[in-house]
Amino acid sequence: MSTASVPLPHWITYGLIPVLNLIVAFLISGFVVWLIGESPLGALSLLIEGALGSGEGIGFTLYYATSFIFTGLSVAVAIHAGLFNIGSEGQAYLGGLGCALAALALDRFVPWYVTMPVAVVGAGLFGAAWASIPAFLQAKRGSHIVITTIMFNYIGAALMVYLLVHVLIVPGKMAPETRTFLEGGQLPKLGWVMNLFGAKLGAAPFNVSFLIALVAAYFVWLLIWRTKLGFEMRTLGVSPTAASYAGIPYARTVMIAMLLSGALAGMMALNPVMGSSARLQVEFVGGAGFVGIAVSLMGRNHPVGIIFSAILFGILYQGGDWVSFEMPNITREMILVIQGLVILFAGALEYMFRPALVRIYQQFKVK
Amino acid sequence: MDYYDILINVLSSTIRLSIPLIFTALAGLFSERAGVFDIGLEGKMLGAAFAAACVAYITDSAWLGLVAGILCSVALSLVHGFASITNRGNQIISGVAINFFIAGITIVLGQAWFGQGGRTPQLSPASRFSPIALPGADVMREVPIIGPLYSNVISGNNILTYLAFLAVPLSWWILFRTRFGLRLRAVGENPGAVDTAGISVSWLRYRAVMCAGILCGFSGTYLAIAQSAAFIKDMSAGKGYIALAALVFAKWKPVPVMFACLLFGFLDALANFMQGKQVPLIGAVPVQIFQALPYILTCILLAGFIGVATPPKAGGVPYTKER
Repeated sequence: MSTASVPLPHWITYGLIPVLNLIVAFLISGFVVWLIGESPLGALSLLIEGALGSGEGIGFTLYYATSFIFTGLSVAVAIHAGLFNIGSEGQAYLGGLGCALAALALDRFVPWYVTMPVAVVGAGLFGAAWASIPAFLQAKRGSHIVITTIMFNYIGAALMVYLLVHVLIVPGKMAPETRTFLEGGQLPKLGWVMNLFGAKLGAAPFNVSFLIALVAAYFVWLLIWRTKLGFEMRTLGVSPTAASYAGIPYARTVMIAMLLSGALAGMMALNPVMGSSARLQVEFVGGAGFVGIAVSLMGRNHPVGIIFSAILFGILYQGGDWVSFEMPNITREMILVIQGLVILFAGALEYMFRPALVRIYQQFKVK
Repeated sequence: MDYYDILINVLSSTIRLSIPLIFTALAGLFSERAGVFDIGLEGKMLGAAFAAACVAYITDSAWLGLVAGILCSVALSLVHGFASITNRGNQIISGVAINFFIAGITIVLGQAWFGQGGRTPQLSPASRFSPIALPGADVMREVPIIGPLYSNVISGNNILTYLAFLAVPLSWWILFRTRFGLRLRAVGENPGAVDTAGISVSWLRYRAVMCAGILCGFSGTYLAIAQSAAFIKDMSAGKGYIALAALVFAKWKPVPVMFACLLFGFLDALANFMQGKQVPLIGAVPVQIFQALPYILTCILLAGFIGVATPPKAGGVPYTKER
């Protein structure tokens, strides 16, 4: 019997294997740090200190994590239906447009809690709309979703730059950005949550959208494991042929999965646009769409796993800033190195450790 | 400036901008024809550019730079091969991982070694591939029509440019006229049949990704030490993805690949030229339209509205030998 099909208990598949992947990624990153003449352990302790050592650090960590939960969920929903959506970056970018339009239209008239639902819907709709074309091309015309979503990232970037430079820009200003939203278009900070634990939020932009992200994670869990649609998506993801024999409509399921994926990616914009900078800027997504790939793979495409791995990447981002400040030799881009390694080991090489683990596990079980 | 001068100008920058695309798209051609999708072209190109610039700076030799670029790129190909051929991992995820890793590591190492914000120091002329004047370029310059075309577009490029145009027929010959090429294409269409014939699917695919690595090495080297005189962070700027688009656009065939790359290079050159200029009747065309055009065209093609692009059948699927 091949080792690939031996069932392993959940704690190994969802706990031990991701942790092993992470440890290998960290060991190689540590080697890189050592290579450039710095102390890996020193860098690690700085990283943890920067991300978790103060209320403000934790606030920033959770702020980053909020974006990554949304994009991680976005990637995961698509993966469950067997679709690898590399377009979360572009969908989040367009989501920012929907969110900003809602805020620009309403911020003068109503308080934030009225604007927020409209912005959530706006961001979701724009994100879904941007995902709908690659989704349609995949469902009906058989073009490869990976290629089309990559193309749409670039088309979306060009479109948004055009809009920000020529249409939405504040007349007379040089910076390609919209006007600053008034209070009715800004999400309140979650300072009180930090106060509960006796910590001060400081300047960190940790805001209400974190709670929306948690709610979204709950709904994704409900959808994937507790509804007929989720079952159909998972069937399609495991075997398109089996799904078609079972009478699951391919085109419809692909469309719905991608629209949901795009909507989740779009909602990520709430966090930086309305929660932090209070205006729409170029490059506000900042790669969070791509981080979502690593977050989802690391979290085994499960909402709970995604929340944990999003927080982990939040720690990497915030701690990484701190490290690059204290050790100028280690630049912020070290995060990309770790991210690449995590994607490699958790995603592409996910079966590398499995045969060995199966052997060890079976030995223990016999006893 | 009269119209002919403008045309010559745009054409010569078309050539310059197409070369990295041609090398990279041919790289993708070898890999994908053998059934291994390669999203990591971007990363390999960037890695090769960094390695080439570093080695060229240290050794003062453009050729050693090229060797380093190729070695780096082939090493990354082997990682991709290890993940997607030996371990049967997801080819796309592996490619994405390589892109991230390289985007980060080039800047981290560049900053640590040279302390110039992730770029390498300016290269001396000896450590670069400099333009070559073809015989008679100066004499021809005065001849109307053909003269400027010969001396400014055809002549005056560096050696890698000519190698790129040489690589196109060579790739065609390897893929369609040699036994290796036949087997390589077969392994992308029906690996089971190749396996039945007693030929190793893995070893064929490894050789295909190594060919891709070599070609990406050329394109990265071109970026860093022929077109520019240093490595600049993120200097591949999405060219790997454009090359992928060109590959789809050319329906996985070598000669059309060259023309697709020239087309995308031309759009890029036109965008640079049009910046801030007025078009009669239309007014200023936003530069973003030209930037987005290759991607839009590729999507339209993929949708089957201008012919059908059928990828190799076994593309993206790891081969599992029957047990």
